[in-house]
Amino acid sequence: MADMSPIKTPMPSQEPNVRNKNFDEVALGYTYDMAVSEAKRCLNCKNKPCVSQCPVAVNIPAFIERVANEDMEGAYEILNQSTSLPAVCGRVCPQENQCEGKCIRAIKGESVGIGRLERFVADWHREHSTQKPVKPASNGHKVAVIGAGPSGLTCAGDLAKLGYEVTIYEALHVAGGVLSYGIPEFRLPKAIVNHEIEGLKALGVDIQCNTVIGKTLTVDELFEMGYEAMFIGSGAGLPRFMGIPGESLKGVYSANEYLTRINLMKAYQEGSSTPILRASKVAVVGGGNVAMDAARCAKRMGAEEVYIVYRRGMQELPARHEEVEHAIEEGIIFKTLCNPIEVLGDENGFVSGLKCVEMELGEPDESGRRRPVVKENSEFVLDAEVMIMSIGTSPNPLIRSTTPGLEANRHGCLVVRDESGLTSRDNVYAGGDAVTGAATVILAMGAGKKAAAAIHEQLSGK
Amino acid sequence: MFEIIQKTPLNPTVVKIVLNAPLIAKKAQPGQFVILRATDKSERIPLTIADENPAEGTITLIYQIVGAGTMELNSLNQGDCLSDLVGPLGTPTETEGLKKVCIVGGGVGCAIAYPVAKKLHQLGCEVHSVVGFRNKDLVILEDDFRSVSSEMKMMTDDGSHGEKGLVTNALEALINAGNQYDRVIAIGPLIMMKFVCQVTKKYDIPTIVSMNPIMIDGTGMCGGCRLTVGGETKFACVDGPDFDGHLVDFDEAIARGSVYRDFENHAREKACNLYKKEV
Repeated sequence: MADMSPIKTPMPSQEPNVRNKNFDEVALGYTYDMAVSEAKRCLNCKNKPCVSQCPVAVNIPAFIERVANEDMEGAYEILNQSTSLPAVCGRVCPQENQCEGKCIRAIKGESVGIGRLERFVADWHREHSTQKPVKPASNGHKVAVIGAGPSGLTCAGDLAKLGYEVTIYEALHVAGGVLSYGIPEFRLPKAIVNHEIEGLKALGVDIQCNTVIGKTLTVDELFEMGYEAMFIGSGAGLPRFMGIPGESLKGVYSANEYLTRINLMKAYQEGSSTPILRASKVAVVGGGNVAMDAARCAKRMGAEEVYIVYRRGMQELPARHEEVEHAIEEGIIFKTLCNPIEVLGDENGFVSGLKCVEMELGEPDESGRRRPVVKENSEFVLDAEVMIMSIGTSPNPLIRSTTPGLEANRHGCLVVRDESGLTSRDNVYAGGDAVTGAATVILAMGAGKKAAAAIHEQLSGK
Repeated sequence: MFEIIQKTPLNPTVVKIVLNAPLIAKKAQPGQFVILRATDKSERIPLTIADENPAEGTITLIYQIVGAGTMELNSLNQGDCLSDLVGPLGTPTETEGLKKVCIVGGGVGCAIAYPVAKKLHQLGCEVHSVVGFRNKDLVILEDDFRSVSSEMKMMTDDGSHGEKGLVTNALEALINAGNQYDRVIAIGPLIMMKFVCQVTKKYDIPTIVSMNPIMIDGTGMCGGCRLTVGGETKFACVDGPDFDGHLVDFDEAIARGSVYRDFENHAREKACNLYKKEV
């Protein structure tokens, strides 16, 4: 009989006023008993609406049933059939819009804590399992994957399990993509990312860092090297700026740069050789997950006042609910319905503030959200010494500009023929942000998965 | 991987290293750069490729010891390996179809200017070189420049070697002597490039400058290397590092270059203190 408690077992977390001064993980994870008890809230319903909302179609009721029966390794096996990065997804997926959004239990009360359970199972496996992944026998086919982010890692993992010899080419000096350079330690500990990557290596995946495809090697050279198919998961890494006066002042960062300095280059660690500006007042422009990450990092780097400046309202924030809640708890100040029109500087060329206008919401625009319009005579100045632009990114042009016949749309996103991710070039597949523009980790993983299946179908049919 | 095959000091603060990097050596062209990390704790620093040998699979870098990153690089010796090295990045310097070019190099910028001069010389272009240094102890690559230039002006701030004066004085003298240049290519400190551009603007000579701003990834991801060129925001790592010098906002670039000055000074003091302890 299911546990009919209307409330999700709460997640143990560090206290807000403690955690906003450290980079340790915020959410501490369920205990064994909490996980078992939460799992018992699942009705194991016939329709499985949760599964239909999962981009990688995890058999959610099945793994939760195993948890309820205290068969944690069995639960992991089920997760492992659909996702190669469960410890990551359990932490960063927007579950409220996916699996948990359609949970029957959410109609009267709160959904089952699917993400929290996924995380528990993956962590339990990592801490308790003694079995190492085994490299399958080679099927003799070579595939190259470009970019070691969520889509590339997923594609590589699926192909390696099928016996393909997979090489991942990564531009940065570490694998992981946004999981390494973007998402901060307190939300996704790098030890977890590294563990997942080590797992792929144990499957035989070769990861070549420090290699920029389009520069060090081209797609055509990879074919000459004997790769029969390719997956491009190069992401959407090019930061956008607003094009307002003052964006070149010292102290204006793209969120990519700010987060990269902190996460990838470890500026948050004592004695780090990575320079970063520490300010008492920081303004982050934007309302997505990346903006929340940047704001919460700034707080942890010692800022007294950190603002989220967003042109729409609290309801329209695109970030996950949990990230917004955590940010509020940690003392991040939300300046919604507010838009910067100029960055102001001091006599030394450093940022001193943001000239902003207040906004109000008008008619819905093409995205269906109400369009923000400027309130007349509403100009004001927000004091800040560091400004972080987090208004989106676009795909990097390095690969498309060096690969003849590879088509992209006017936004720079690679054009794919169908769900498989096949591009305008034969044997070249693509997926993740490189195709969709900036989206989520799990959508990228879903694309990597579909491309792996298509590559397998194509190469095994030879 | 990325072994230092040879390390040669060129002057008290400028060092030349030859690195094992076969893939980069195969692709590198003048004007392109690499990003490296000396150790797995170091910053990522961009350095322009000074020379490449595809047959041997090596590239040459010339660096000046200025900040924490280059100090860590300099702590490595022949036989040691860099933690990371990626490239070649950036767009190559345009060298085709030019008949007469004046190359202006300043200080360690000469390390980048020389491969461009060499390439132009190989392509049959008439090369004049104007190189400037603070004093004779800092002079690098003098013979190299001479070997590829039909005219060569050596300038020092204090007159201790060559002529006393600035590179802009020598460049203007060459122009006034009747030399008609298709292009001037200036590589050196920002302030030098700014003034070279002021001279060439006066004579309406197309001028290319090589920008070397702060950057992290070198592939367009961080946006830290952005600069304003002709009123537009450009990323030096992917759109450059070469730009039309008459369109670059040098004052902004100079200001942006000083953003971490306090941090760098602190790092240098710390390193000096460590050094003192060892002595």
